[in-house]
Amino acid sequence: MLSIKNLHASIEGNEILRGINLEVKAGEVHAIMGPNGSGKSTLASVLAGREEYEVTEGEVIFQGKDLLELAPEDRAREGVFLAFQYPVEIPGVSSTNFLRTALNQVREYRGQEPLDAVKFLSLMKEKMALVEIDQKLLSRSLNEGFSGGEKKRNEIFQMAMLEPVLSILDETDSGLDIDALRIVSNGVNKLKSDKTATIVVTHYQRLLDYIVPDYVHVLYKGRIVKSGTKELALELEEKGYDWIKEEVDSAATV
Amino acid sequence: MSTLTQQDTFQALFAASPENFHSIRNSGKESFLNQGIPAVKAEEYKFTNISKKLDNALTNFSTALPFEVTPSQVKSALFEGFEGDVLVFANGAFLPELSSTIEGVEISKLSDKPETSLGSIAKASKDPFAALNQASFVDGIFISVPKKSQIERPILLLSFNKENLGQVIQPRVWIEVGDFAEVTFIDQSISLSDSAYFVNKVVEVKGGVNSQISYYRLQNEGKNTIEVSNIETDILKDAKFTSVNISLSGDMVRNNLSLNLLGSNSEGNMFGVYLLNGKTHVDNHTNVDHTIPHADSNELYKGILADQSRGVFNGKIFVRQDAQKTNAFQQNNNILLSEDAIVNTKPQLEIWADDVKCSHGCTVGQLDEEALFYLRARGLDKLSAKGLLLYAFAGEVLEKIEEESFHNHVVNLIQERLGSKF
Repeated sequence: MLSIKNLHASIEGNEILRGINLEVKAGEVHAIMGPNGSGKSTLASVLAGREEYEVTEGEVIFQGKDLLELAPEDRAREGVFLAFQYPVEIPGVSSTNFLRTALNQVREYRGQEPLDAVKFLSLMKEKMALVEIDQKLLSRSLNEGFSGGEKKRNEIFQMAMLEPVLSILDETDSGLDIDALRIVSNGVNKLKSDKTATIVVTHYQRLLDYIVPDYVHVLYKGRIVKSGTKELALELEEKGYDWIKEEVDSAATV
Repeated sequence: MSTLTQQDTFQALFAASPENFHSIRNSGKESFLNQGIPAVKAEEYKFTNISKKLDNALTNFSTALPFEVTPSQVKSALFEGFEGDVLVFANGAFLPELSSTIEGVEISKLSDKPETSLGSIAKASKDPFAALNQASFVDGIFISVPKKSQIERPILLLSFNKENLGQVIQPRVWIEVGDFAEVTFIDQSISLSDSAYFVNKVVEVKGGVNSQISYYRLQNEGKNTIEVSNIETDILKDAKFTSVNISLSGDMVRNNLSLNLLGSNSEGNMFGVYLLNGKTHVDNHTNVDHTIPHADSNELYKGILADQSRGVFNGKIFVRQDAQKTNAFQQNNNILLSEDAIVNTKPQLEIWADDVKCSHGCTVGQLDEEALFYLRARGLDKLSAKGLLLYAFAGEVLEKIEEESFHNHVVNLIQERLGSKF
């Protein structure tokens, strides 16, 4: 589904990603872990098309298409969804209007009929139940005055509405209490299928108790330096990242 | 060719003035000659060089004559869903035969109301253009809403303007609203030609005790329209006046809006949106005068400027020594969409009382890139995402328009301009 080869990206001349290689197949969950500043969020942003980052080398093929050639909205329409680490508050934009416009533009791109108000509302109701989000939140301006947990829940709700093929969760767990984490993870798990894939970017192993990964990759200094199964996450939880840093840094000096 | 700095330019206007309102006209003329047309360095017109603009754009500084308007022109000018009464004007002259009669409201030409104390609210001494109008307006309208009447249907002041032998149009409007009365006005002008003309408008509103007046205005005239307006109102005890001013087009537009809070528990609201492109220049000068204790004023103006357009905002709040317990809030926010667009914004607070709540703030910025990316990452194309953000920005002001059909009309115009519908 997704094939990343030798991806290099920089921002304002600083190289953050220095040769990422990653293969993701349908039905899989990949966790990307790593210490702060290792490039985890950059990878998520580059995949979603954030324009501040410049891709200097490498390629990303998503379902046979060159993802890097596509505008952010076309990536979304092709089925890539980024759950933001910091969802943006947008005063004056109603969540409902925005989602309906977005969903209908996505449907148009996919050659589907637009949803009328009635069908849209019933779809909304169904997905709201899935991620346990309150109607009251959605009648307000987009993310305005939402708590951290409410914002993350709204991300997963939007994900449920847009039905992506590839979901990238950028530190969706950070700052959540256990209840909120459980609700958000439940939502993600219910949306998984053998036709979709999930990339979970996280600093902590905790989330992976709820969203169980097939593969765990450790990112450090812009490269994937170690890959394994969910046991690797537990080892990282226990031992921290220092042993990996040492391994990599000493190998580099030899 | 004479220039505006030579005052004989105006002699044609003075010479052609009607005989009525003799002493009022004389004091207007005297005041105008004392003040002169604003020089380049005049503080009040610092960012809006109206003299130079008039010099360059006008060739015939005499009155544009009234002309015939057809009922179908009136009909096609009405916006969808409008259910109200219409007062029609051609180059400032009131056309009763095309206008509604409104039950319970007295409407006359000003020339039929020679006892009207014109200039007692919008004083000639405060602005040279108000003075010029007072000296040389041709005719205007007198509207009186009696005490305790609730006028449920909005009253549309629909003006058709064009160059017609002359290029100067000087509308004069006098509105008095009795105690406890409620009324909504919509002020809209239509350009019938693209050639340059100059509108110099004065609107005086005398509100009664506990009256509630809304004055909505849409400025969407031709690209060569030059306009100066002076709108001023006296707000008495327990009364409320709300102005919403939407500027979308024109060459150079200067709006002087002045609210005089004269009675306790009165409320004055000034809201505006200027959404500009091309080389349009819009200057909103507002002035609220808190003269007594326990009055509130609220002000919010938002600007979106594209191309080489220019916006000017100057918000003056004057709180006199007696005006304790005043609440006065002012905010001006701007988004620049191009590197060539300019905004000059200036809050001007003069506070002589010591127990007041006043706040002001202004911002000038670009469209929030992070918000734009967020919307695009959900599948919205760039144009829709931009439009949605800009519309949301302006929306905070638009929701102040309580008259539904006018609100929808303005929303449609703005969405059309922003290139997207939601």
